[in-house]
Amino acid sequence: MSSRRDILDLLGENARYTTEDLAHMTDFSESEVEDIVAELEDAGVITGYQAVVNWNALGTDGERVRATVELNVALDRETNYGDIADRIAKFPEVTSLRLVSGDYDFDLTVEGDSMREVSHFISDKVAPIPEITQTVTHYVMESYKEQGMNFDDHDDDDRLSVSP
Amino acid sequence: MTLEPADRVDSVPPSGIRRFFELAEEMDDIISLGVGEPDFSAPWAAREAAITSLERGQTSYTANKGKRELRTRISRFEDAVRDLSYDPDDQLLVTAGASEGLDLAFRALLNPGDKLAVAQPCYVSYVPGATFAGVDVVDVPTRVEDEFKLTREVLEASGAAEADALVYCYPNNPTGATMTGDELREVAAFCREHDLAVFADEIYADLTYEHDHTSIATLPGMAERTVVFNGFSKAFAMTGFRLGYAMGPEAAITAMNRVHQYTMLSAPTTAQHAAIEALDNCLDKVDEMTAQYDRRRNYVLSRFDEMGLDCFPAAGAFYAFPECPWDDADEFAEALLQSEKVAVVPGSAFGAGGDGHLRISYATGLNELKTAMNRIESFVS
Repeated sequence: MSSRRDILDLLGENARYTTEDLAHMTDFSESEVEDIVAELEDAGVITGYQAVVNWNALGTDGERVRATVELNVALDRETNYGDIADRIAKFPEVTSLRLVSGDYDFDLTVEGDSMREVSHFISDKVAPIPEITQTVTHYVMESYKEQGMNFDDHDDDDRLSVSP
Repeated sequence: MTLEPADRVDSVPPSGIRRFFELAEEMDDIISLGVGEPDFSAPWAAREAAITSLERGQTSYTANKGKRELRTRISRFEDAVRDLSYDPDDQLLVTAGASEGLDLAFRALLNPGDKLAVAQPCYVSYVPGATFAGVDVVDVPTRVEDEFKLTREVLEASGAAEADALVYCYPNNPTGATMTGDELREVAAFCREHDLAVFADEIYADLTYEHDHTSIATLPGMAERTVVFNGFSKAFAMTGFRLGYAMGPEAAITAMNRVHQYTMLSAPTTAQHAAIEALDNCLDKVDEMTAQYDRRRNYVLSRFDEMGLDCFPAAGAFYAFPECPWDDADEFAEALLQSEKVAVVPGSAFGAGGDGHLRISYATGLNELKTAMNRIESFVS
């Protein structure tokens, strides 16, 4: 018996599956699939659909600079993690922001067209936030896998083309 | 003395699949729905166990029957999952694929001139294997109106009552048919009444989508006349490791081991290490792969339904077996390959009862499956 979870798994695997494809792969009719997706979108479970891009494969035209930044913060009576997160998340340069356990508090990913742009963004926009006590920036040198997609996976099928 | 093939070898024609393989190999960019093995690689943990065993230099023969650690695990697994109870020391033999196990059974448990009833359509090696063993084959063609299940009626009609043994495979390659416990009871009763031994090929037992697999050996009075064959190829996606096993009464396993010890000596050692890891830590991967196959099965069956191709709801393995829209399925398969670059195998390649059908393997990624189905649809219309 198919469930909403099956629809999420399938869209997580390929967001471009059509309603018809999803209905074919599950026990749901096309209109049921439409209803489920609409409900999941309305409830904020599905928040968007994006392509997984390997910018390097685009050559120099597509070069994007990305950095992960470790942030340490000092909280006070008036400020909690959520308040700080709200301030950082609003910048379009920030592509992900997570509160993590361990040696530092936030883990954020910043993207820009050049190293200069990313550095300026961190020094001008992030570091000056009063609660932030330390930033450690790691520039991404090479990306091998994003969102479950292996960039170097040529997926060579070495099976015999016809076998018993 | 010249090196001419022996008569019993010469009498076996090359596999009907071979011709399609050769045609497909000559063409670029085909999508093949003609592959009888998973498109997944073996689970990483199993591969790593194989690598580790090699690094440790574990490259010797094992005991003839297979490593005891492996036999113990297989015995526990079959007991837990299928209620089969076999002593790992005396009733279980690790083989080089389930295929070797079946060959051993034909040679060790049947005499030349004995009759083997072969439920068809079936895997391509049963009939040649019987012929190599000097055994006479009784064709038992199953029927589309029974959804390719084995019934008392087809057993009686084919003369299987006169046979010494019956071999079948459910979930079935090439049809994807499965049999429930109740349906198997009828077959079991027939075999008891007519004193047939049973060779039950259960290589696809983990890949069922509508109901759990029942082994005929769990039915009353059947364990003593049944040898069950299984392996790691399909559920664990470990075809190239060549590892299977046979389970049966001690006397049968002892006889099969006598042939095995002189011909194979022991199943591949590296593969045995991988299989131990597969049973210990890869069962969740089997569930994940099964879930993927089920989606593809739904997809393929829905598409056939929309195209107006009659296809019974195949409930196991990774095959669908639609009726061919042309009278000649061989001609259709060849034309489909030439014009749409989609490879399928005509049902006739799998013996009696397969004529007029096509074996569609859905062990292929969904995107390719979708493209292939679009091409079949445009070809059919």
